[in-house]
Amino acid sequence: MTEQLDAGLVAGRIAESGQVSEPSAEREMGRARRRKEDARLVTGRTMWTDNIQLPGMLYVAFLRSPMAHARITGVDVSAARSLPGVVAAYSGRDLAEEQGSLPCAWPVTEDIVIPDHPPMAVDEVRYPGEAVACVVATDRYRAADALEAIAVDYEPLDPVLDMTEALAEGAPKVHEAGNRAFTWKFAGGDIDAAFRDAPVVIDRAYVQQRLIPTAMEPRAVVATTDGDGFTLYSATQIPHVLRVMLAMTTGIPEHKLRVVAPDVGGGFGSKLQVTAEEVLALLLARRLGRPVKWTESRSEGNLTVHHGRDQLQRIAVAADRDGRIRGVRVELLADMGAYLMLVTPGVPLLGAFMYNGIYKMDAYDFTCTGVFTTKMPTDAYRGAGRPEATFAIERAVDELAHELGMDPVEVRRRNWITREEFPYTTIAGLTYDSGDYEAATEKALAMFGYDGLRAEQADRRERHDPVQLGIGVSTYTEMCGLAPSRVLGSLSYGAGGWEHAAVRLLPTGKVEVVTGTSPHGQGHETAWSQIAADALGVPFEDVSVLHGDTSVAHRGMDTYGSRSLVVGGVAVLAACEKVKERARELAAHLMEASADDVEFDGGRFRVRGTDEGRTIQELALAAFAAHDLPGGFEPRLDAEATFDPDNFSFPHGTHLCAVEVDTETGRCAIRSYVAVDDVGSVVNPLIVEGQVHGGIAQGVGQALFEEAVHDADGNLVTTTMADYLIPSAADLPEFTTDRTETPATSNPLGVKGVGEAGTIASTPAVVNAIADALRPYGVRDVRMPCTPERIWRALAEAEVTVPAQSRAAVPSTSEIAPEGGAR
Amino acid sequence: MIPAPFDYIRPASVEDACRVLADAETAGDEVKVLAGGQSLLPLLRLRLAYPSALVDLGRLPELRGVADRGDHVYIGALTTHDEVMRSGVVREHVPLVALATATVADPAVRHRGTFGGSMAHADPAGDLPAVALALDCVFVVRSSDGEREIPAAEFFVDYLEPALEPGEVLLGVRVPKLGSGWGFHYEKFHRTAQAWATVGVAAAVRRGDGGTIEEARIGLTNMGPTPVRARVTEVALRGVAPSPSGSNGSDPLRDACAQADAGTSPPADLHARPDYRRHLARVLTRRAVGAALG
Ligand SMILES: Cc1cc2nc3c(=O)[nH]c(=O)nc-3n(C[C@H](O)[C@H](O)[C@H](O)COP(=O)(O)OP(=O)(O)OC[C@H]3O[C@@H](n4cnc5c(N)ncnc54)[C@H](O)[C@@H]3O)c2cc1C
Repeated sequence: MTEQLDAGLVAGRIAESGQVSEPSAEREMGRARRRKEDARLVTGRTMWTDNIQLPGMLYVAFLRSPMAHARITGVDVSAARSLPGVVAAYSGRDLAEEQGSLPCAWPVTEDIVIPDHPPMAVDEVRYPGEAVACVVATDRYRAADALEAIAVDYEPLDPVLDMTEALAEGAPKVHEAGNRAFTWKFAGGDIDAAFRDAPVVIDRAYVQQRLIPTAMEPRAVVATTDGDGFTLYSATQIPHVLRVMLAMTTGIPEHKLRVVAPDVGGGFGSKLQVTAEEVLALLLARRLGRPVKWTESRSEGNLTVHHGRDQLQRIAVAADRDGRIRGVRVELLADMGAYLMLVTPGVPLLGAFMYNGIYKMDAYDFTCTGVFTTKMPTDAYRGAGRPEATFAIERAVDELAHELGMDPVEVRRRNWITREEFPYTTIAGLTYDSGDYEAATEKALAMFGYDGLRAEQADRRERHDPVQLGIGVSTYTEMCGLAPSRVLGSLSYGAGGWEHAAVRLLPTGKVEVVTGTSPHGQGHETAWSQIAADALGVPFEDVSVLHGDTSVAHRGMDTYGSRSLVVGGVAVLAACEKVKERARELAAHLMEASADDVEFDGGRFRVRGTDEGRTIQELALAAFAAHDLPGGFEPRLDAEATFDPDNFSFPHGTHLCAVEVDTETGRCAIRSYVAVDDVGSVVNPLIVEGQVHGGIAQGVGQALFEEAVHDADGNLVTTTMADYLIPSAADLPEFTTDRTETPATSNPLGVKGVGEAGTIASTPAVVNAIADALRPYGVRDVRMPCTPERIWRALAEAEVTVPAQSRAAVPSTSEIAPEGGAR
Repeated sequence: MIPAPFDYIRPASVEDACRVLADAETAGDEVKVLAGGQSLLPLLRLRLAYPSALVDLGRLPELRGVADRGDHVYIGALTTHDEVMRSGVVREHVPLVALATATVADPAVRHRGTFGGSMAHADPAGDLPAVALALDCVFVVRSSDGEREIPAAEFFVDYLEPALEPGEVLLGVRVPKLGSGWGFHYEKFHRTAQAWATVGVAAAVRRGDGGTIEEARIGLTNMGPTPVRARVTEVALRGVAPSPSGSNGSDPLRDACAQADAGTSPPADLHARPDYRRHLARVLTRRAVGAALG
């Protein structure tokens, strides 16, 4: 005889079979869980895009311009076409009719110049590495070999490498419309009044060198079609945005296009893009009716992953003698590169609201001009605009302290927003909801042993020790949680800033969370599981998180700008709450109680004051069986939620760096580094720790090691990792990290975001330390990256005379060649 | 980064390898010997070299290993960096080789790259050529015509150009034992832990009974198209009584090393311009000699 399918019975069976794990009494929030996704990511036994093999797949290779700027007078692909294994070869001209223009979603001003951006160059190449032709072959080796059979005729044009020169009258033009892309202004308060008669003005110029984002996984794309619909697998951070943009640019209807971001190995903004290769892969799959794959080499990546930073900054700070800041004026030139890509022009403006940092002031004035050059376009790179802003203000505040003969921490104290003053609306118009700069700074100073290090510094100065000690302070904040949609609208951004989540209880009580965020190393599967486990009272192991496939997670805004937890995690919580309310309704019905009398605790709904209760797993099965439901109750325990934040979130913290500078060789070694970050409430301290460590390493990379260098002809010379140096663990000290936790008031989790904090904070901490070490020698600044040679040269050229034994030998002037070619 | 097509040949013996190389020479083919591949493969992948075939010596055990041969240590060309730096014989009798090898690249590269490959590649930025030069090593090479020996002073002809004739295979290197009283140090200056030397200094110094320096040998890395000996400094160091910098600020070691860059022609690249390299050579030579003195 068959047994009646009884919810309780089945639940009992599942329990006996050991499938239902008891929810742990410990809350998941705040628990240092190891990441559940790591085993597969670390071993590589997973769906990296390049691991995907499809029947009949072809391989694409791109021929790239060896020149920064040239007219293309002829491309002959016929010899390549006849080589064995070659299925097709095309020039840009061959695809000109259908390839469209790569999108820019952020027209920051009304009169911005947005040049046409063909995925493959047709008439003119405007940066080194721009694709001019492609080969499709039966394997990647044949494709690579066939590139050598393509003949391209170039007529060289003048490269445009220097932003200031690019804006001068009569400069060679990158595009017909000229080299100025836009000028964007922003102001608050009376800046002239602030500077008029100001007793102290610090006026500095800083160079934010061009960086090359270096993700562990190179970019890779697979495009396939069944004749009607298309699927694009891409190592992207933004499957959802990409789908919309590709539908708009390729003409493939949105409902016929599925975009999948399989496991993705890092991005740092470099995979927040609609790339030429993605568009071209789709076109080639459409033309050939077969799947195509492209995976970049590291050198190809150094050339054509969008670059980061590259700004010339002028910052002036007006202050009173007591250190009070009156106003800040900022003028930026931002190198756009040759074209405006997805958010190219918006990146420097994300910093526009941050040059005032954590400080109160009467006036603020910001101007940014975007400039075209014949270089790879720039776009978002970890921090995007905010590291540049933080660097400038934190460097300038240290200089102000020195000018006033004041301790750099003290100057900050006199200017920062005090803990009683939150919420505080800054001169840049943002309302910082919460913060406690005093607490983070006090903690950091104590951990660092600030006073002891200052004493040692004095001693070394006294002794003319050839190894000098420098101390750098960085008290940063950042705006995270991109972003309130209405604010993005007011900044002319092309989309909103909400995030979506769906939560479904499966019949056996397990949980699937579907998120619109698109993790590429951040650990969302773990953190979202922790949030759902707490909200639904289910075990952490019983939650799985689905993401990155537009046919699975149909709605999302993806991952960048430290937004995932603050917007996407909150959406997960909201969806869980909705599920819980439905479950409560069902529980009340089954227990014949009023929903108001049903309380939820530890995964169990109980009638208040009784022992009668139902677990959420029992309710999941009851909903599935649907035998006994409240009137009108749909038989499912699912819910969706879309969360659009009211405000940004504002993580902050105090980073302190001690460097030892060998004045004989110029080598700078970080001796100790303390970071106290306040990222609000913490879901998983281990993940926070990881983000902070990686972030600091990346910021140190900008301070000491990394720079994209072009020669005088405009060729990129840092195309390998022997030339473009990124730090490894062996180059970094052990970081000492800790936290203060001041919950954000703008979201129910109290979280603020941590993805970019370390990078934003650390660059100025390191460079401030170097400047601090070298000040007695008369060195005012060292340009980033602060290489041993630059430090040595700065010392050799400085005006202050120091005793011979600690003095670097002065090079004879005949030996000083102009440095390193054009930038 | 995909190399252009090439043939792959794995000879069964050194004779076999020499024959293949000789035949290729007769046929006018460009054939390259493959050892650990840590320098050659990057060149192929960047398509900076287009050999028609590679002759892989990787499975010839007779080319691998370290032997104590009385007045010298013999290091087989195919001995990996890792084997060299861990060899008890090397560490005891020719410690400078172990010290310098330990600074080469990273563990992954050191497990594949070979001692002989580093020499045959003749990269002045490599750490070992300067050591071979300072120690007056002898290179043992063989072709189908037989064996010959090349002193280190003649081995490094030009940038990436060893004194190997086409068809010649490097069998191994004789590293002379310097005897007692010597101290050693390799001072490498590089921008990141795994990077090549901006400048490197290999120093071997012998102190007499009175404490003064009697003999010094200094090899410089990356100070020209080939490794170079800092001869002027070697002479200047003779008879110097190194004292911790005196109360009057004098430092006889520093003075003796003030011309460590004499006779060099350092390159300009992303990491350093020539004047900075010259300065580094002076400072680092002072440090290397000081460290070698212990
Ligand atoms: C990431 C990286 C970092 C590195 N960093 C350093 C460093 O810091 N310092 C340093 O010194 N080196 C460094 N190297 C190079 C490394 O030391 C190599 O091992 C060495 O340069 C070449 O040795 P190999 O066995 O790999 O030779 P291969 O690459 O196989 O060959 C190199 C050349 O020598 C020839 N050759 C090799 N063996 C013989 C032989 N027995 N007879 C005749 N010809 C021969 C080959 O034909 C070829 O022309 C680095 C390499 C890499 C990949």
